[in-house]
Amino acid sequence: MNLATTSIATLRRMLLAGETTPREIVESVGTAISAQNETIGGYLSSDFEKALVDAEAADLARPLGGIPIALKDNINVEDHPCSCASRFLEGGYLSPYDATVSTRLKEAGAVLYGRTNLDEFAMGSSTENSALQQTRNPHAHDRIPGGSSGGSAAVVAADMAVAALGSDTGGSIRQPASHCGVVGLKPSYGRVSRYGLVAFASSLDQIGPLTRTVEDSALLLRVIAGGDKRDSTCLDAEVPDYTAGLQRGVSGMKLGVPREYFADEGLDPAVRARIEEALGKFEAEGAELVDISLPSTSFAVATYYILAPAEASSNLSRYDGVRYGNRVDNGEGVIAMYRGSRARGFGPEVKRRIILGTYVLSSGYSGKYYLRAQKARTLIQQEYQQAFQRVDALVGPVSPTLPRRIGEFADNPLQDYLADIYTISANLAGICGLSVPCGTVEREGSALPVGLQILGPHLAEDVILRVGRAWEIIRDEE
Amino acid sequence: MPGFPVPGSINGELYTLNLELSPEHPRVSERQSAAPEIDVGYVAGLARLDLTEEETAQFQKQLSEILAFVDTLSSLEVEGVEPTAHPAPILDCFREDETDKSLTREQFLRNAPDTALDQVRVPKVVDS
Repeated sequence: MNLATTSIATLRRMLLAGETTPREIVESVGTAISAQNETIGGYLSSDFEKALVDAEAADLARPLGGIPIALKDNINVEDHPCSCASRFLEGGYLSPYDATVSTRLKEAGAVLYGRTNLDEFAMGSSTENSALQQTRNPHAHDRIPGGSSGGSAAVVAADMAVAALGSDTGGSIRQPASHCGVVGLKPSYGRVSRYGLVAFASSLDQIGPLTRTVEDSALLLRVIAGGDKRDSTCLDAEVPDYTAGLQRGVSGMKLGVPREYFADEGLDPAVRARIEEALGKFEAEGAELVDISLPSTSFAVATYYILAPAEASSNLSRYDGVRYGNRVDNGEGVIAMYRGSRARGFGPEVKRRIILGTYVLSSGYSGKYYLRAQKARTLIQQEYQQAFQRVDALVGPVSPTLPRRIGEFADNPLQDYLADIYTISANLAGICGLSVPCGTVEREGSALPVGLQILGPHLAEDVILRVGRAWEIIRDEE
Repeated sequence: MPGFPVPGSINGELYTLNLELSPEHPRVSERQSAAPEIDVGYVAGLARLDLTEEETAQFQKQLSEILAFVDTLSSLEVEGVEPTAHPAPILDCFREDETDKSLTREQFLRNAPDTALDQVRVPKVVDS
């Protein structure tokens, strides 16, 4: 029996009832990886020797005692690799310390055993930008799993992991969750410590769970959330028991429907149909649907592709071949060493974003681009604040399209940027968002998953998890 | 106002997505700037990045398209709007100035490509 097909909540009940052991669960994950990872390519590395020792020692009294959790390969765990799917860190790099989320998972009794694939340094939405390996969508192997947390989504969807963590800078948890048919949560900015998450765009990045169920998402968030003296942007706000109000349903709630997220242009009609069906069912359950306009949606992508590359160009200056990573030294001095190491170490998408970010921050252009985009960001944030005065949460699609084929439009990066249109504003505004599986669409012989997105006010993860759980109940009754 | 058509795709079918700001948007005005220009080779130098000729040509084309797209923001009226640097309501963080555990020398040096005498070694920095 593959125990990796089971939710955290169920495995915990089985563990506490003595029906299974942490060793059995970890071995199950290992067997599933041996059977499937070559095809799916979700993991970059795993270490079961150490994991079995940790499983034997797991304290079942703790909230995640005996549960194996996969981590995106940009979250540091002491003595584990952290390649960020980049040639720059491939090979010998071993983390010297634990990210705060890794510390909290270990303290909660979880077993950390494997590292999942991503777009290099989390830059992308297909996992095709991984310099190390292609991850395939478990529902259709010729299609992308989404990204950048494509590995984390794929290993949960392919029953090779019980649950995983990813990171979301512009949709990188929610979009792969949508494409792979799993639950993905981007917490509010400041809810989860970023200490030990390899920085891409520091004002947008958040770590969050990819799981089989909304309840598992709630369980994991409870463990990883909360203030951290090592991350000054992490809020010291109270962390509620997110499982407590999960079953309360949507009756009496006001759910906003942003009309810009249903524009005719660009939204696949089959995706729209699935989401509209879901909205109808929410209404039948007693939720009130409220028409909302977010006019600034049209400039969110442009705003993001100024701010995120700007922050990335600064953050990635640390990869210079001095303290870690792979050095290329042609003997012509330190500047040539920097240039050569970065040229060999970074893939094309990372180079594009570093150049774009350097340009928009350069003398004479920073006012025109960077400062203007920061002001646009304020307008986007204000629109959400106004919307949340009228409604409890917003509902709509995660991605305008179904997962596309691997290699499609490889020469046109702008195309993939545009597919972030429904997810990107949440990062700019700092609000929380959840992707929950919402049926499938038959296309060319494959049943491709669609994701329902639920957006909530800053720090209102309890609200979106409740709506997500309500949707699961409605969906599974059929 | 002219549209800004951007090629998109639905399941391989190309379509044109108009992401020009809606004329009904309360803050849209006439575009305030000329089309942006970028010298990719020069900017890559600022970023300490060697590019091949092929990369330079490819990025020149792709980044020009991306810049033309992000330049749609220049038609947005932002007069009087405060910039947002990051979205959490935190300004300053203070803590007691106490010593705490940090990485050991061994942990720090373990990942360095070249070390000598318990230090990181780099190529020549200053010409003699």
